Amino acid sequence: MRVAEWARPVPPVRREVLAALPEVDEGRPPVLFVPGFGHGAWVFAEHWLDRAASRGFPAHAVSLRGHGGSGAAPKASLRAYTHDVVQVAASLPRRAVLVGHGVGALVVTHALARYPAHAGVLVAPVLGGWGTAGTALRRNPVGTLPAAFGGRLRLSRRQLFSRRLPDAAARAYAGRLGRAAARAQWQVLLGRPAEPAVGDPPVLVLGSPDDRVVPLPALNRAAAGYNAAPLLFPGMGHDLMLDAGWPEPIDAILDWLEKDTRA
Amino acid sequence: MRQPEPADPPTAPAQDGSAPAAERPIYDRGDTVCVVGAGASGLAAVKNLREHGFDVDCYERETGIGGAWNWRHDRSPVYASTHLISSRPLTQYPDFPMPDSWPDYPHHSQLLSYLERYADHFGLRQHIWFGTEVVRAVPVDGGRWDVTTRSTGGHGAERTQRYAAVVVANGHNWAPKLPTYEGLDDFRGTVIHASAYKDAAQLRGKRVLVVGAGNTGCDLAVEAAQSATTCWHSTRRGYWYAPKYVFGRPADQVNDAVLALRLPLRARQWLFHRTLRLTVGDLTRFGLPAPDHRVYETHPIANSQLVYHVGHGRITPVGDVVRFHRDSVELNGGVEIEPDLVVFATGYLPRFEFLSPEVLELDAAGRPSLYLNAFPRHHPTLAVAGLLQPDSGLFTLVHWQTVAIARVLRLRETAPQRAAAFRTRVVAGADQRWNRARLKESTRHWFEVSHTDYLRAVQRTLDELEPSAR
Repeated sequence: MRVAEWARPVPPVRREVLAALPEVDEGRPPVLFVPGFGHGAWVFAEHWLDRAASRGFPAHAVSLRGHGGSGAAPKASLRAYTHDVVQVAASLPRRAVLVGHGVGALVVTHALARYPAHAGVLVAPVLGGWGTAGTALRRNPVGTLPAAFGGRLRLSRRQLFSRRLPDAAARAYAGRLGRAAARAQWQVLLGRPAEPAVGDPPVLVLGSPDDRVVPLPALNRAAAGYNAAPLLFPGMGHDLMLDAGWPEPIDAILDWLEKDTRA
Repeated sequence: MRQPEPADPPTAPAQDGSAPAAERPIYDRGDTVCVVGAGASGLAAVKNLREHGFDVDCYERETGIGGAWNWRHDRSPVYASTHLISSRPLTQYPDFPMPDSWPDYPHHSQLLSYLERYADHFGLRQHIWFGTEVVRAVPVDGGRWDVTTRSTGGHGAERTQRYAAVVVANGHNWAPKLPTYEGLDDFRGTVIHASAYKDAAQLRGKRVLVVGAGNTGCDLAVEAAQSATTCWHSTRRGYWYAPKYVFGRPADQVNDAVLALRLPLRARQWLFHRTLRLTVGDLTRFGLPAPDHRVYETHPIANSQLVYHVGHGRITPVGDVVRFHRDSVELNGGVEIEPDLVVFATGYLPRFEFLSPEVLELDAAGRPSLYLNAFPRHHPTLAVAGLLQPDSGLFTLVHWQTVAIARVLRLRETAPQRAAAFRTRVVAGADQRWNRARLKESTRHWFEVSHTDYLRAVQRTLDELEPSAR
């Protein structure tokens, strides 16, 4: 029963969707990238969209409401973010692969319970709970504490990127980050876990053992939820799609899609 | 109840002169499931069966998908200006939302484009045989079915294939139910069923009598109010006319907000009556008869414009038709009117011509006996999808119904004992009504369900059929 969905549907909002399409449509499933809190679709447009398209996958990235070029939504909830993902996924011509990064991965797990995706990929997933807050507070108390009171979550560039990424680039990327709605931030800590995925899609979890936002045990736990071990990319920061060495994770995702899901 | 004997294989020669059915080879399709119809229910069945790992052959007599919602189809009841009467969130498939940029009540052409996108998105078309109608579906040993098909219109040879299961999704809003009246045959005006109404041009400049107070009847009365010179609207009783919007919100969404409170039926009825009194007012003032029943006891009518046009004198509410004369129609109370055109918006009856009546245990009036309006008592590999008249949109219900059908069929292979336990429930619970209100007895309410009551029942079934459940 989804009475809330019927009685109080999520209000529409302008959504920014960036895309890179292959020159020849080989019938492969479209890939929809979902950025985490503070990030917009642009984080995937930097490198990953073109890479996926060059390998024959129609690639799209959505900015969750209130992020990037999407419409403002200061009171958005996780349900609204999930709605944005499912709306874009359903608008694609074929059953999509959902790739979520950071809290975007949590949004993707909720979307997988609403939409029978071709596959799911959780990149450096922040799946919520107090452990997430504890790690963030320990590693970046100044940036994290305001978020506990509804303020903005500020992740340092040393949390997001490895030292291999030039300082100027890291500073520029960090400067483009926005903020999520306070209500949604609270829901990451207190919200219920997602319902089981519909259509039994294969799910891949990947991340970095050197991620200073998602520690290795959290990655292992997330992967264990899908009866698998995470794919690891040592030496990379939390933002795998922007960090130096960005081709490795996306190539691994596309390899997995080609092999394990017969895309 | 007697278990029906498996029907003998047909032996009559085919009408087209091809080999007699008994001599024709039967192509065994193994574990493939046959779905009859590629309308909204058939598409959901194909998608969910595929999702549960079944191969599917779907037969569609038309050349496109969409069933009733494809206005190009012979059997489509939609007309040029048809809009949904349930709002978007209560209409869409739960796993494939309509674009939230669409209006609350989309146009029928939008609904067709939605179904086409659904079919393409989930790659369903490759499993559909278009222009092919099912002539017969006959149960054979082992719970399997011999399904005979031919190209639509009876051209070409018949072909028989053996399937593991059959899901009937042939719709129930295409075979018009026409009333009989004394003198109707001699009436010199034009008489049509609502299914033949396509465009307001048919009404222009005419004196029109619309018979029937279903949603179609009310919509057609409103159409006639705007196009015809005169419009009479004949209803048997008074109804509750719910507006499409209350408090600035789609009325069905407000209703569901109340349903979420889990109030007793009587309290909800009281609340609904109060809301209608506040928003629509006292309809007897407009000359409309007072309802002789409480809300939820007849299929809900959602129409904001009927009362408006009655108030403007463009629609004249009249009583029941008594008999027809050569040039006039006699109504209750001896009133006579002289319409040029009579439109019977009197509904539809289900038809299952390709199944023998005992398969679905049709009663004398043609009503099948089914559990959850889907599962017949004596054929575990047969199911009917979408035979529902909900107080909401259909797609959500038919989605979960077809998930249940797919799970039942899968469970027969993976856990036969649990499948057998479910059969016990089917036998005991056939004909159960999924509605707390006491409904008015009429063919119109044969398949009436409360969407919340029905979905709760389907949820219990799905939990029971959960693959990992013990």
